[in-house]
Amino acid sequence: MGMLRFSRKQLCIPYAVFLLCFVAAPLLVIIYYAFTNGEGQFTLENLTGFFTSPYTIGTLAYSFAVAVVTTCVCLLLAYPIAYILARSGWRQKSVIVLMFVMPMWINFTLRITALKEILTMIEGNLAFHPFLNTIIGMTYDFLPFMILPMYTTLLKLDKSLLEAAADLGADPVQVFCKVTLPLSIPGIISGVVMVFLPSMTNYVVLDMLYNSTYIMGSLIGSFFSAYDWHNGSMIALILLLIILVFTLITDRYTEEDTGNRGGALL
Amino acid sequence: MDSSTQSEHFLEFKSLCRAFEDGFVAVNDFNLTIKQGEFVTFLGPSGCGKTTTLRMLAGFDLPSSGEILMGGKDITRLPPNERPINTVFQRYALFPHLNIFDNIAFGLKLKKLPRAEVVKKVKKALEMVDLEGFESRTVQTLSGGQQQRIAIARAIVNEPQILLLDEPLGALDLKMRKEMQLELKSMHDKLGITFIYVTHDQEEALTMSDKIVVMSEGRIQQVGEPEDIYNEPKNAFVADFIGESNIFNGIMTGKYKVRFCGAEFTCVDDVENGTMIDAVLRPEDIQITPPEEGIIQGKVTSVVFKGVHYEITVQSGKNEIVIQSTRKAQVGNQVGLTVDPEGIHIMIAENTVNKFETGVKSGYQLDFLGGDFDFDITRLIPGSHMTDGDTLVDAHGDEVDASALRIIVSIKPEDITMSDDEEAGVVKGHIINLIYKGDHYRYIVRTDEDEDFIVRDEYLWNMDDYVSLIISKDKLQYALKK
Repeated sequence: MGMLRFSRKQLCIPYAVFLLCFVAAPLLVIIYYAFTNGEGQFTLENLTGFFTSPYTIGTLAYSFAVAVVTTCVCLLLAYPIAYILARSGWRQKSVIVLMFVMPMWINFTLRITALKEILTMIEGNLAFHPFLNTIIGMTYDFLPFMILPMYTTLLKLDKSLLEAAADLGADPVQVFCKVTLPLSIPGIISGVVMVFLPSMTNYVVLDMLYNSTYIMGSLIGSFFSAYDWHNGSMIALILLLIILVFTLITDRYTEEDTGNRGGALL
Repeated sequence: MDSSTQSEHFLEFKSLCRAFEDGFVAVNDFNLTIKQGEFVTFLGPSGCGKTTTLRMLAGFDLPSSGEILMGGKDITRLPPNERPINTVFQRYALFPHLNIFDNIAFGLKLKKLPRAEVVKKVKKALEMVDLEGFESRTVQTLSGGQQQRIAIARAIVNEPQILLLDEPLGALDLKMRKEMQLELKSMHDKLGITFIYVTHDQEEALTMSDKIVVMSEGRIQQVGEPEDIYNEPKNAFVADFIGESNIFNGIMTGKYKVRFCGAEFTCVDDVENGTMIDAVLRPEDIQITPPEEGIIQGKVTSVVFKGVHYEITVQSGKNEIVIQSTRKAQVGNQVGLTVDPEGIHIMIAENTVNKFETGVKSGYQLDFLGGDFDFDITRLIPGSHMTDGDTLVDAHGDEVDASALRIIVSIKPEDITMSDDEEAGVVKGHIINLIYKGDHYRYIVRTDEDEDFIVRDEYLWNMDDYVSLIISKDKLQYALKK
């Protein structure tokens, strides 16, 4: 019996087929719909419509606000946790890390349902604080994604660098500001990318918290459910471009900062 | 305290101990005084406590007990940033997010020096390490040797009173290491500050230091100038660790007389007759003579050319002797060996345990006193086991060449009993020495095979008595010779 031998090119075929069917083809369909009208003719109306309608621009701004606040809250919560976990000499460290990461393994709709019940118990009617509830929901959902990359970066941080800084005369606060913080930037950026972009689009969280506000994700969803493929595709395309620009910027920043390539690319 | 005693006692370690939570004692009762401006090297194998001691001096680690005094002031619990001490780290520990200028200026900026002065000092420090114009380079673009120099510049730019160097040359190649050794030495002369250097490389220590502190298992073994450490090692560990040496078990047989390798030698140490000693002979102190002129005789088993000299191994009876000579010898030749009295260094043996070096016979039996011991060779070689075909294989499954193994057998003197029934024991010999030790006698019995046994017995025997030795076989201990 002869051995089955594959060349490198042949081994690429399944991956290429996957990319073609699930990335390239849908993208082409979106681009086609974005630049055509109901009659199938080329048009830029969808594009100009997005930027002239106060409703869509307002949603874009609101999404940004949600994403920025969520990211900041996650950052402020996650950094101390990651720092304490990475720096402490606890034997049970991995168990505690697991406790923060474990919710990631449970379906998020279940988690949000649970959160909804708790919030209803506290607030009575969820409709009174739509923005606050959105931030709470998003933070709850995305916090592990912020903790994990920062924890890994801080864990890998060479302890002798901290000793060197202290040796050169830095007190503990100066050691943190001049060494620990700058060197944890790649982890912070990874965390920010993993939280900022999904929190612009994850409208399911809002829906489940009986929220009447709209973010970019909800906007696309609403157009698609109304069978308006053309405007929905245009908004999806715009969002895609925003994400692309964002990742390029953060990626270049981490590259310059640490000399490591591609640390932040998802 | 006047200034001269202050510089004599510039740095003092007083019964410093460091025990870790798991009970491991890294540093044990460390006492040392260092003069101002000295180049002191902590030398020892890995795990001997030298780095832990350095870390306690730098302030990264706190001692469990004891204190460190600097200029008479207790600095034991001072945080590292408040000590006038800077460190060159083993793996350099340069800040990857800062360029060379900012790395070197790190300490100066913390002191809030004016910018112009910082620039001037950084430039001077870079000149000192021969890397002028490297200010704007990043750490990643530097070679290992260059990073090492930057690490030194970053430390000395702060003008510390003590510079600590933790195996700073470990990661460099041999040529670079030799170069840096000389540079560090001249830098020490130029700066005039105290250098404390940690290394496991004895040659490095001998080349650079004013004072060497040899450490093993958390304790100081010997403190002294390089020449003293080399020529007059205090114990077998130091002798073995510093330079090449031949160490033989021996016994003092009279004033300036010592017996080892089956012959009597004249030495310069006056040690009490009958004392068990270790005799240390440096390979370069042994001369090869025609067989009839030697104090001992042997056969040349190997000759290796080492550049400046030949390394010649001679087998004399059961002893292997390494000699360094500029004259070549022929493998297989019978030769004689002599050594001047000054070439024999006598160290009083720390433990009086009988130790014998032996080999392994066929069938994996110990070649010792006729065999028949409870000897399990697989216990000596980690991971080894016997195959079905009764072959010894190691952890990788390769067959072990048992004939090449050397085994050290040890027996405590109290585990040997003497009998006048010649058939009772495994080995017979004459008592050649006896010392009364308060509650017991210590005998030296020389066997017919010319081995010396130390025996402890409560009863008095006479010199020259012919006795047989009963050795309880389960009390033998075995170790593999490295």
